[in-house]
Amino acid sequence: MVIEPRSSVSIWRAGLAPIWAILVSLLLCAGLVAWAGASVPTAYGLLLKGAFGSSFAINETLTRSIPLIFTGLAVSIAFKAKFYNIGAEGQLYAGALAATFFGTGLVTLPPVLMIPFLMIAGAVAGGLLLLLPVLLKTKLKVDEVVTTLLLNFVVLLLVSYLIEGPWKDPMSLGWPQAASIVDEGVLPGLLAKGRLHFGFVIAVVLAIGLWAMMRFTVQGYEIRAVGYNARAAEFSGIKINRTVIMTAMISGGLAGMAGVSETAGLKGYLTLDLSPGFGYTGIAVAMLAQLNPLAVIPAAIFLSAVYVGSDAMSRAVNIPTYIADVIVGVSVLAVLCSVMFSQYRVRWRG
Amino acid sequence: MATQPVIEFRSVTKRFGTLTANDRVSLSLDRGEVLALLGENGAGKTTLMNILFGHYRADEGDVLVDGRALEPGSTRAAIDAGVGMVHQHFTLADNLTVLDNITLGTESLWSLRQDKKRARSKLDAMIEDYGLYVDPDAFVSELSVGERQRVEILKALYRDARILILDEPTAVLTPQEAEQLFSTLESLRRDGLAVIFISHKLHEILAVSDRVSVLRRGALVATVETRTANREDLAELMVGEAVVRPKLKPLEAGPPVLEMDKVSTRNGALQEVDLTVRAHEIVGIAGVAGNGQSALADVLSGLEKDFSGQVLLNAQPFSAGNPRNVVASGVGRIPEDRHSRGMVGDMEIWENLISEDVRTAAMSKSGFLINRSAAIDRTRRQIEEFDVRCEGPNAPTKLLSGGNMQKLILARALSRNPSFILANQPVRGLDEGAIAFVQGRLLAARARGAAILLVSEDLDELMSLSDRIAVIYQGRLSEARPGSERTIAELGLMMAGQSDRGEAA
Amino acid sequence: MSDLFDILLTAGFWAATIRIVSPLIFGTLGELICERAGVLNLGIEGIMTVGAMAGWMWVYQGGGLWGGVLFAACMGMIFGLLHAILCVHLGLSQHVTGIGITLFASSLSYFVYRMLLPSATTPPKIVPFQSIAIPGLSDLPIVGAALFNQSALTYLALLTVPIVWYVLFRTPVGLAVRMSGENPVAVEAQGINVLAIRTGAVMVGSGLMAIGGAFITMSWFDAFYFGMINGRGWICVALVIFASWQPRKALIGALLFAGLEAMQVRAQQSAGAFIPYQFFLMLPYVMSILAMIVIARKTKYPQALLVPFRRGERV
Repeated sequence: MVIEPRSSVSIWRAGLAPIWAILVSLLLCAGLVAWAGASVPTAYGLLLKGAFGSSFAINETLTRSIPLIFTGLAVSIAFKAKFYNIGAEGQLYAGALAATFFGTGLVTLPPVLMIPFLMIAGAVAGGLLLLLPVLLKTKLKVDEVVTTLLLNFVVLLLVSYLIEGPWKDPMSLGWPQAASIVDEGVLPGLLAKGRLHFGFVIAVVLAIGLWAMMRFTVQGYEIRAVGYNARAAEFSGIKINRTVIMTAMISGGLAGMAGVSETAGLKGYLTLDLSPGFGYTGIAVAMLAQLNPLAVIPAAIFLSAVYVGSDAMSRAVNIPTYIADVIVGVSVLAVLCSVMFSQYRVRWRG
Repeated sequence: MATQPVIEFRSVTKRFGTLTANDRVSLSLDRGEVLALLGENGAGKTTLMNILFGHYRADEGDVLVDGRALEPGSTRAAIDAGVGMVHQHFTLADNLTVLDNITLGTESLWSLRQDKKRARSKLDAMIEDYGLYVDPDAFVSELSVGERQRVEILKALYRDARILILDEPTAVLTPQEAEQLFSTLESLRRDGLAVIFISHKLHEILAVSDRVSVLRRGALVATVETRTANREDLAELMVGEAVVRPKLKPLEAGPPVLEMDKVSTRNGALQEVDLTVRAHEIVGIAGVAGNGQSALADVLSGLEKDFSGQVLLNAQPFSAGNPRNVVASGVGRIPEDRHSRGMVGDMEIWENLISEDVRTAAMSKSGFLINRSAAIDRTRRQIEEFDVRCEGPNAPTKLLSGGNMQKLILARALSRNPSFILANQPVRGLDEGAIAFVQGRLLAARARGAAILLVSEDLDELMSLSDRIAVIYQGRLSEARPGSERTIAELGLMMAGQSDRGEAA
Repeated sequence: MSDLFDILLTAGFWAATIRIVSPLIFGTLGELICERAGVLNLGIEGIMTVGAMAGWMWVYQGGGLWGGVLFAACMGMIFGLLHAILCVHLGLSQHVTGIGITLFASSLSYFVYRMLLPSATTPPKIVPFQSIAIPGLSDLPIVGAALFNQSALTYLALLTVPIVWYVLFRTPVGLAVRMSGENPVAVEAQGINVLAIRTGAVMVGSGLMAIGGAFITMSWFDAFYFGMINGRGWICVALVIFASWQPRKALIGALLFAGLEAMQVRAQQSAGAFIPYQFFLMLPYVMSILAMIVIARKTKYPQALLVPFRRGERV
């Protein structure tokens, strides 16, 4: 078997790669659906209906896509610089911790100031959490994948300690959860009904801003150059370490904002099940989006639909809800393959 | 007695996409014969040998060893048939010992123990027989380039190779090491080995081979007996229409542009280097790879700031450790490796051409918003001026040929009329047309008044292009003297660490 | 302080250390084999989950214990094969593929578990591996209980260390594996198929990881819980770096970690009143990061780690 680069990659082929990946994932997972005894068209029909079948469903799908847009952006920009931040989950909780620390009574400002303040506090917390891995990477060449992964567990245990101990809400009837965010800090709802909140607007604006930054600014140019070829970037005078550290701060910051948005927008208070793995799903979002910030939005909505839709589907036809996680996992692998096949050609004889 | 050829290529064709790397090539080789394969870079020599050695499969045609067709695409089959290859880029693992590197793959993978005792005695005997001295227990990382090549030859001999392919074996050697290699080849030939010697250096080919086959653009253009051949004819066969490399015209050197005074890097790669390059002057740096050329280039490119001593550019302090300031102060830089240092293949052409000055006012607003239209306009002019064959400023860089990529690097380095140019291996791996172009541009810059430092491993290139030549050995730089004052042999001795006779006196 | 010292003298502490070290040994050696061949395998966390589920499920469905271990290893090897196809044969990013394998393998394990046991509210149990006391030796003070009164899988783990060392450093196939991680082009030039060597190494390594996971459900505990691997795979990846890719040092590193965890469980009981348990649970993760910092500057990476090899390219 010989793999050789295609001499030209059409935009169509490149753009369609994630679509192929999604179709292949759904096809492969159809096997599991059939094993569970359900008819595949019925099950996927239920999934689609559960995600988009009513205004309530659409509202839920969009709501659930908010943290995925944030973490998808966080992963996209980091991976673009070849900085493998797998710690978005931990950074999300760091952001939530910051929101809880400042937002449950310590600081009270009018909403126009309070919401940006909490967002920035969460971003700083997320960035700070990533500071150790990025410094270890740039100064000591310690692999960032392992350090960011391990920090996820550390942060989660810290959250567990705080909400069972010093930060435990006395009004919570014994449940381990922190006090509620003050009213001024709560992200307002966007529609009269449903849970969709202002975090969606922030996420979409950030996606557009990040896209513009990558495309039009010197900083975005330098991040791309470092990611594609660090040695050439260094030769042309780009400060590699500074660029990677800056990218990491942006990445951690975006993930931190996801935590603020979930705490101050959706739940209203911090618990241990604030995120069912949004940080990890962010990797799938980023890969499906081909690390393009604008494409993160539809990718996040798609994966959110998979989760929301499969909740409905599993209730109706009795398939374990883990099917959604399987689809996400398979789609990461499938998108890697489909992108490769859009750029390379496989010949069976050399 | 009609002897059967050891190797026979029958009308071998190999295509890569639209490029035909080998076009119906037929060759044969007898026992005890040295066949030289001559051709310029990209003529298809290495591709042909990689087909023989099983790295590639031919699209058409056969390769026969001892009259039997060789299984295509199988390195193992080639090795079993007695073919051994010394690659241009050595295929050794640095962190393993010489013995491990040589014995890998010679025992059944599933045997329960490496038989190191037997391997050692066989290897020791071969080292004695052919004078290929190297310590079997040394790690490859500790060996010199010449020693590594000996390991590569031993690797082939250890597997009882009867056909030895050497791909550009002298490119990294000193002239004396090359002589030693030639005498090794002579003794191998006497033992009945058939040797294929790939090179683009005519004098070597005339010295070592029995026959010469010339490849041009993938096709075999001629096979001649070496004793009836001469340099001029071979050169013309190799290149086709005569490409004339530009010649150095004498010029009066101007004031000093670059002055280095006792420059030593902290890691010891450079030691007390003194060097002056004047306007209208090309100073060549000769030396075997790995003797401090990279450190010297890194200092002058602005990548390395950890050094002592003084560097002056036009009598001003040098912006050490800051490539963009170095460029802004009038330095043009051609890096050693186009692909890994020179260009970001995944970016567009215009993006690569602004990489050095993207933060200046001409290319961006207050170091933030890139001035795209200005950048594309300038790129369009540069593409035209430097005759880059491409689809335009927005074309992806990685699809360009080596020659066109080098032209882009020249465009970036030269279009600001730098007063000092660092040219590190500027023509390595290019074909004749591109070589003539690059050298012509460097000479034009010299005529304009630039000071040029030319680093190369190719003594012929240095002799023909430099006003003065210095030799670097283990981080120390000799005095730069006019090329006419030293012979190639003297330079070779200096490259091997024998001090300059004149200097010692 | 004297409390901690007392803990070190109890036989229970040492027995627990040796028990806890077993999955770490399997996982670390598995990762070490992959990386020696030049392939980072971040699928480890998911592959250990697969092993834990598969081995347990085999026994729960009526199979034998050793059959369960074998079944777990086979499942691990299948996921190893998938990882190898993607990043050895297709040359995809080893980082992202590994994470993808982990996401896929763990979610598939949970899915299958739920499929086969849809209504179990409390996790059902199996009869796990029992301790085998080695006559005479098991009566020795402290070491007796630690080393000579363990389950068969623990003995297997301890035995795997010298075996892996011997194969890697004393046999031709081990040389080929190490050379593939240093310079794959050199391996190909000697007529050996690099892709096959790497694929084999990743499969064997993944098999060992899965046995490490199976140990947890079949010898340490007796049931399968969601999230029970809990970062152990990542700790193994850190341990490989800490061990500088040497099996012997991997054993030492794993013992250190297991000792820490065993002590942590006991210290919680004595000091739990003053220090919240979460901080004890953080220790292994924090220690893993510290271990990588300590070793970072000195270590000699396999030079071709993370570098895909494509035939016919750059030879």
